[in-house]
Amino acid sequence: MTTTTRKAPPVAPEHPGVPSASEVAALIAEAPVPRPTLIRTFNAMMAREFRVLRRNAIATFTRAVMQPLLFVFVFAYVFPKIGGGFNLGGGAAASQATGSINFATILVPGLMASMLLMQGIMAVTFPLVMEFSWQRTIEDRALAPVPIRVLAIQKIVAGAIQSFIGAVIVFPIVLFVHAAGQAPHVHVTNWALFALILIFASLLTSALGLLLGTIMDPRKMQMLFAVILLPATMLGCVYYPWSALHHIRWLQIAVLINPMVYMSEGLRAVLTPVLPHMPMWAVLFALIGGTVVFGYLGTRTFTKRVLN
Amino acid sequence: MTDAAGPAIRTEDLRKTYKSSRGDVPAVRGIDLSVGSGQFFGLLGPNGAGKSTTIGMLTTLVLPTGGRAWVAGLDVVADPVGVKRRIGVVTQNNTLDMQLTVAENLEFRSRFFGLGLREASRRASQLLEVFGLADRRKAMSTDLSGGQAKRLLIARALVHRPDVLFLDEPTAGLDPQTRVNLWDILRVLHAEGQTILLTTHYMEEAEALCEQIAVIDHGEVLASGTVNELKAGAGAETVITVRYGDPVPGDMTERAGLAERPGVRKVEADGDYVRVFTREPEGVLGELVTAGSAAGLTVRDATQLKPSLETVFLTLTGREYRE
Repeated sequence: MTTTTRKAPPVAPEHPGVPSASEVAALIAEAPVPRPTLIRTFNAMMAREFRVLRRNAIATFTRAVMQPLLFVFVFAYVFPKIGGGFNLGGGAAASQATGSINFATILVPGLMASMLLMQGIMAVTFPLVMEFSWQRTIEDRALAPVPIRVLAIQKIVAGAIQSFIGAVIVFPIVLFVHAAGQAPHVHVTNWALFALILIFASLLTSALGLLLGTIMDPRKMQMLFAVILLPATMLGCVYYPWSALHHIRWLQIAVLINPMVYMSEGLRAVLTPVLPHMPMWAVLFALIGGTVVFGYLGTRTFTKRVLN
Repeated sequence: MTDAAGPAIRTEDLRKTYKSSRGDVPAVRGIDLSVGSGQFFGLLGPNGAGKSTTIGMLTTLVLPTGGRAWVAGLDVVADPVGVKRRIGVVTQNNTLDMQLTVAENLEFRSRFFGLGLREASRRASQLLEVFGLADRRKAMSTDLSGGQAKRLLIARALVHRPDVLFLDEPTAGLDPQTRVNLWDILRVLHAEGQTILLTTHYMEEAEALCEQIAVIDHGEVLASGTVNELKAGAGAETVITVRYGDPVPGDMTERAGLAERPGVRKVEADGDYVRVFTREPEGVLGELVTAGSAAGLTVRDATQLKPSLETVFLTLTGREYRE
């Protein structure tokens, strides 16, 4: 267990780290007067997140890049080369409506939405489950001089920033990785709306991540993929526009409970308006409403878990 | 910062009952404590006695289900943020931030308490120096030994000069030398006026460090006072226990006239053992052996405990101390 103290030769009775009385007196006399404010503590917690992100930069970056890179490589490079594959899914329906739209164009908004969810959960749920497990390291920050819900909100904001970055990383990838002539037709029609959608989509996924992290049983983490991530992505209008689902009316209605649908469709509306998409009021209502609902529930369950 | 007139910690009928699927589990059943400013106070009890729950309530991380508690004059339920500003907590688990280095653990904690960047870094260096961790400042906190991690936890609890320092089982799981080393650190802190509340299940730890002790079991305070008061009040007796190979016949202790011996306060015979609480232990053990062989019993085991917190506990609960 302790290596340093055991290695110490028996002739040296001095104990490591035992301060002298004068040192402790100085420690107390020179102690800075704490004057925490909500903002200061919040900022310090955010600074801590960025320090950790920077330290794990390579792992974080790899995590954020690999998924979109592989998706785009297969759908926008491999399929067009081997022929026809990209007409699967919504391709056909989209083509009917708009003429010749390549699959990359359909995929960009969906891929961003899928990245938002994935990064939101990776950035919030996984660390949280660790912090709540055996050593309960969460207690460290729970003892900071702010209400526990501020800590929950801080986690949502920090997660949202990561999920935002995760979504934006999709851009350079789709612009550079594709077969000749398969570049997606992407252009932002309304920057303010685009930013609004991205910000609320990030906050929503991060709040969902917090909720999942506080209600998940750590021993059943693999369920997260089976029950949340996979269905949300596969049935989240990532690979097809929502309107194309009118062929399967019951599914078109059923997927409306999936927050991913509104992210994909909202981004589709501002990035690739040539494609059919949901009305903007529905998208904004769902994203903002979802953020409020998940944020409220997540903060509540988080506070309950911390204060047992 | 503490109100000079009031105690640093006070509780009134403090209670915590956990709800579970199999009904309510009372962990703390009405505890009254008063810890003066500058005092070194020990909460002593076996595992599961309710010590951690009590410390959890005093440090605002466990919500009481009854009664009230004040730390530095502030109500722990009504003003948890105010309380958190004024306390330092050394948790039982290693709650160091695993993603940060040794120095960063102190720097960020300082910043959580409102210190600026430069101030936080200066405070961290000072603490690392004093606690003998300066050469490990760049190490990840996960790479520390058990003793080093504990020292860092203590240093981290002191960044903002807390009015009250809480330590939950600080030496559990540490090797003996590291434990003595930590005791020295706590003694120095106390000598410099730091109010300390410590929980422990080690009798000798409470005896070695604490001015005031509350003995707690099954969520209740059994007795409290200084070590000497406790011994004088409850168990200044030596406790002699002899176990025999077979059950003790009901009339054996009477026939031996043990209860009539001078200094004997109580004689217990139950199952295969006889236990005598006495102020004059001389000859009692021999008597028990003789009485046993007269009744045809062989002695399997014999213990004689000098007056200590252990005999106090034994006297108060009738149970042997389970560590």
